Amino acid sequence: MAVVLEAKDLNKNFGAVTAAANINVQIGRDSVVGLIGSNGAGKTTFINMVTGYLKPTSGSIRYLERDITGLSPRQITRLGICRSFQIPQLFGNLSVYENLQVGVGVAARSARAKASATAEEWEEIETLIERFNLGGYRTHTAGLLPEGTRKLLDIAMAVAGKPQLLLLDEPTSGVSADEKFRLMDMVMSALKVQGVTVLFVEHDMEIVSRYTHRILAFYEGRIIADGEPEAVLRDAEVRRYVIGEHAPMHQDDGATNHG
Amino acid sequence: MNQTVSIQKRPPAQGTDRTTIVLLAALVVLLVAGPLLPRWAMFMLNVSLSWGTVVLGMLLLMRTGLVSFGQGLYYCLGAYAAGALHHFYGIADIMVMLLASLALAAAVAAVLGLLLAKYRSIFFAMLSLAFSMILFGLLVKTSALGSTDGFGLSAKTLAGITLGERWERYALFATTVVVAFCAAFGVHRYLSSHQGRLAGAIRDNELRVEYMGASVRRVIHVNYVIAASLAGIGGGLVGISIGHVDPEMAFWTTSGEFVFIAILSGTGSVLAPFLGATIFESVRSFAYEYSPNTWQLILGVTMLLVIMFLPGGLWSVFTRRKAA
Repeated sequence: MAVVLEAKDLNKNFGAVTAAANINVQIGRDSVVGLIGSNGAGKTTFINMVTGYLKPTSGSIRYLERDITGLSPRQITRLGICRSFQIPQLFGNLSVYENLQVGVGVAARSARAKASATAEEWEEIETLIERFNLGGYRTHTAGLLPEGTRKLLDIAMAVAGKPQLLLLDEPTSGVSADEKFRLMDMVMSALKVQGVTVLFVEHDMEIVSRYTHRILAFYEGRIIADGEPEAVLRDAEVRRYVIGEHAPMHQDDGATNHG
Repeated sequence: MNQTVSIQKRPPAQGTDRTTIVLLAALVVLLVAGPLLPRWAMFMLNVSLSWGTVVLGMLLLMRTGLVSFGQGLYYCLGAYAAGALHHFYGIADIMVMLLASLALAAAVAAVLGLLLAKYRSIFFAMLSLAFSMILFGLLVKTSALGSTDGFGLSAKTLAGITLGERWERYALFATTVVVAFCAAFGVHRYLSSHQGRLAGAIRDNELRVEYMGASVRRVIHVNYVIAASLAGIGGGLVGISIGHVDPEMAFWTTSGEFVFIAILSGTGSVLAPFLGATIFESVRSFAYEYSPNTWQLILGVTMLLVIMFLPGGLWSVFTRRKAA
């Protein structure tokens, strides 16, 4: 298995708070990995460290055998790691088409392609619009889109950067229960065509077990379980600290607070 | 949905767009009509187009989400660069003078931009204002440059060709028209390039721009240098046109007037600054002529009316009609 991403002894502290403790993990090419854990467990901190938004207190991150610890988000994006956001980060006053145009344009610029719009670039944008089913919103202002569409656009913009590793931060948060699967089906089929390794943070266990090959369960900054979805979701610690199955309240008040 | 996709399945039209056609038409009309214009109209157009060029740079900054309250710095530097060539070295060629204006403004902006690109909103506005006031202070105290009085200048040749008295004025007018055209066309093309499109993206969401792999600071720096170059060349043109430069060109009220025109014009099109500058210059000239003691009042009322009825600037008259 070719390793795309490797974190070694990764630690991150915010003062006395430990957001990541001794994280050791390898992510193989073409895999879809789910990151689960309660709020504050360290999932987003992990993503923020991989994408360069946060510098680890200690430890190293290697991407395709290259040390990327401490590089800026911009440098890391240029190496082929792109991300989407829990709260979609769009260009609110631009149209859906223009949002994608910026994304495709930056990627083309980094690849030292022609300085202005070409038919090739147009085709790329159209492909994204089609794959993410954004055709009906082409000229709509991004800031006024419904939440599910904002999520799709946010992910499409990350994909516009032609990533080899894509990190999705809670792709279905804020999306209605009956739209979740439709959205994930669309995203996953779009990503399959691209051949991207995907790491995504998710709270919905149904989504995680349906779309991932592997799950990393976080608790208090540590990875408490790592393996195939079924095994991880059966794990006693995961059931207790992540999924929230507890012993009766009066017996274990301390543990319930974590759930 | 699929239907929408198939309807749109054609590459966007390449070639000449409407803005370029209007620009070309304006270029031809102004160049042909120039010799027929009365002296006062030619002068007013000279100043309007030069100011439009300065404000065009501000449009670029405003599209990036930045308002500079110190474009007077580069406007003044451009004028003094042109003036100094004549004053100290006896060079009186329009082209050489304008190249000096452009070079000095761009060089200073390249250095100051390193610092300014780190600031946003009111901090960017105030810091740019501070730099222009430093220049004002320096010029006022420098007797070699005429202190508060400044000094005179004139241009006698264009690219080495000696102009008779009859053609001098038209040559300057034609140069102003061509410079304004090139500036507008250049900025128009720039705004549709990959780098140019980042302006609006940066205004909306800097974080996302960085996460797409582009450097926000670099784009702002480049846009700042372009804006300064345009202000420099605009200053050079006005200096030659008026035949005099003085420190007032760097004073904050001058920069304020550029902000005034920029808001009056709106940022909808590269044509807007020229329209705005022409209207501003006309209103000011006539207000001064007919109401010498209260002309600022007339300007103020004009501004108030534009803000109340056309919050997107004068240019929104055209875009509104298109949307209807």
